[in-house]
Amino acid sequence: MSAAFERVRRAGPVTARIVAAVFGGYALGALASVAALALPVSAPQAVVTGMLASFVVYAGAVIWVFLARSARRAWAGLLIVAVPLAWAAWSAGGTLR
Amino acid sequence: MKRTRDAKPPGRGVRQSMADLHTWAGLLAGWMLYAMFLTGTVSYFKDEISQWMRPELAYQRVSPDAATAAQRVSDTLGTIAADSSQWLITLPTARSNVASVFWRVPHPQPGKPAYGLAAFDPSTGRRLAVRDTLGGEFFLRFHYQFYYVPAMWGRWFAGVCAMFMLVAIISGVITHKKIFVDFFTFRWGKGQRSWLDAHNALSVFGLPFHLMITYTGLVTLMTMYMPWGAHVALTTPARQQAFDMQLSSFMAPGERAGVKAALAPVDAMVREGEARWGRDNVASVLVMNPGDANARVVVTRGAAARVSTSPQYLLFDGASGKLLDVEERVGAAAQTRGVLYALHMGRFGDLQLRWLYFLVSLGGTAMVGTGLVMWTVKRRQKLPDSERPHFGFRVVERLNIASIAGLSIAMTSFLWANRLLPAALAARASLEVDVFFAAWVTALLYALVRPARRAWVELLWLAAALLALLPVLNALTTTRPFWRSVADGDWVYAGFDLMMWALAALHAALAVRASRHRPRAKAVRGRGAVALPHQEDA
Repeated sequence: MSAAFERVRRAGPVTARIVAAVFGGYALGALASVAALALPVSAPQAVVTGMLASFVVYAGAVIWVFLARSARRAWAGLLIVAVPLAWAAWSAGGTLR
Repeated sequence: MKRTRDAKPPGRGVRQSMADLHTWAGLLAGWMLYAMFLTGTVSYFKDEISQWMRPELAYQRVSPDAATAAQRVSDTLGTIAADSSQWLITLPTARSNVASVFWRVPHPQPGKPAYGLAAFDPSTGRRLAVRDTLGGEFFLRFHYQFYYVPAMWGRWFAGVCAMFMLVAIISGVITHKKIFVDFFTFRWGKGQRSWLDAHNALSVFGLPFHLMITYTGLVTLMTMYMPWGAHVALTTPARQQAFDMQLSSFMAPGERAGVKAALAPVDAMVREGEARWGRDNVASVLVMNPGDANARVVVTRGAAARVSTSPQYLLFDGASGKLLDVEERVGAAAQTRGVLYALHMGRFGDLQLRWLYFLVSLGGTAMVGTGLVMWTVKRRQKLPDSERPHFGFRVVERLNIASIAGLSIAMTSFLWANRLLPAALAARASLEVDVFFAAWVTALLYALVRPARRAWVELLWLAAALLALLPVLNALTTTRPFWRSVADGDWVYAGFDLMMWALAALHAALAVRASRHRPRAKAVRGRGAVALPHQEDA
């Protein structure tokens, strides 16, 4: 029983990284695509720009997650980048309405 | 910050974690990526494959007149789909000898699709009466949406695989420090080192292409994968329409007037497009609300003479034939997307460029294939008992055989089915596809029951035989054998036969290498085990 628990404990950080990479990375890409709406171009061009750039952000996030020294740092890095993107996305969403 | 359990000692370093990422991203998506890469590669010759799969249609010496073909097909559609809201006619080209038509069915029978999809003969304008086949279109569609599953699921799955590919490429480059030196290093017959060198050479040589094709693949379906910006910004129908017009000339039909009016001559509209963009450079004609006073016709520019798929089109009043609008420009971001899309499709180039695309893309397929095989080669040396490898190893080994050798067999079986299934069979086109999958599953089952190395050798020989005999089958079942194609100067058919023989030779060479191969096992490393002659290896 304790061996099983130990296994889970060992798998935890790797699982955390995989979740950060697959879902966190996608979320960051999606957030970046919305943040692109803050660009000073017309709405269709901003939407396309966001879509084009989102996959770079996603791929970059995945690489970062596995480069980071620990799973915590990996998540922290994603969150730090997410803050300005969320702010840009929020302000862009506000001006569109 | 507290060091967590997976905290790496500083020495382990960037390259090791990137190597792990490269290995696992590549392995998990590798089998699907191999299939996507190979079926995508052959899709650069989609039109030629379609020509081969409809042998009843004579070799096309001169490209058919697009304007006449458009008129003939729309005349036919006026009788068989008069009450449809939309017809999309993709016109024949120098490479494609059919007009492909999509039309909406206003009141579909229960359980039937709400659209029609068929190939039409440009010379008569009627629906093709020849054997029903998806042709090269099957490989093209399979490579991004698979089959048997709903197209949307398939596309999402393809997107996930493409992201894995992108991550595998980036992490592979980071892992690989001495990228330039290793490109000139090749160690033949050295087991794992040879596989690694082959994998490196294939990857580095085509690196810009592999990166481009993966990223642009994601771009082709980006509105589906990343819809969030559109959700936030395109809140009104007008905004949505402005966005759609930046990406495609395909548009929804407007309101009907409810007043009957004959459709103005479509050929004149196509000629107007040709006058603008050059002969043979109108890709398609979209007719909306035909027979109504509010009919509209969109004539869209083709892919030649520009590296972009951004929409360029003429909009006509379908009742009067009057030109209403000319759209030839999109915004900078949309144009970037159009260029990326065009780079993926490779339709802008001439024959030489198409061959280059094909060969480099084949190199990409081999890159994925060598990577998959390397996983087993590398781990075999570390197995405690290479006679009885652990379960995971065996799964990877067998799936490698089925996805590499098995896919060649499946794709060739699809072509065999095209020649062998009776032309009048019901649902013939989908039966051809069923044969493709049946052959693939059979290859997998075979790989599961045979010793791995025997399975590699036997399936590769089978693929070689199927490929080599396909021109023979073609000679027996059609009036277009190799010698006649050469005599007639029909290089689509002659080239197809030659390509089959070249691919057969490639598979035979791989089979010979696999059968001669003796894995270097742990004996070399002096860990006690002896390399047995019947040891399995790829």
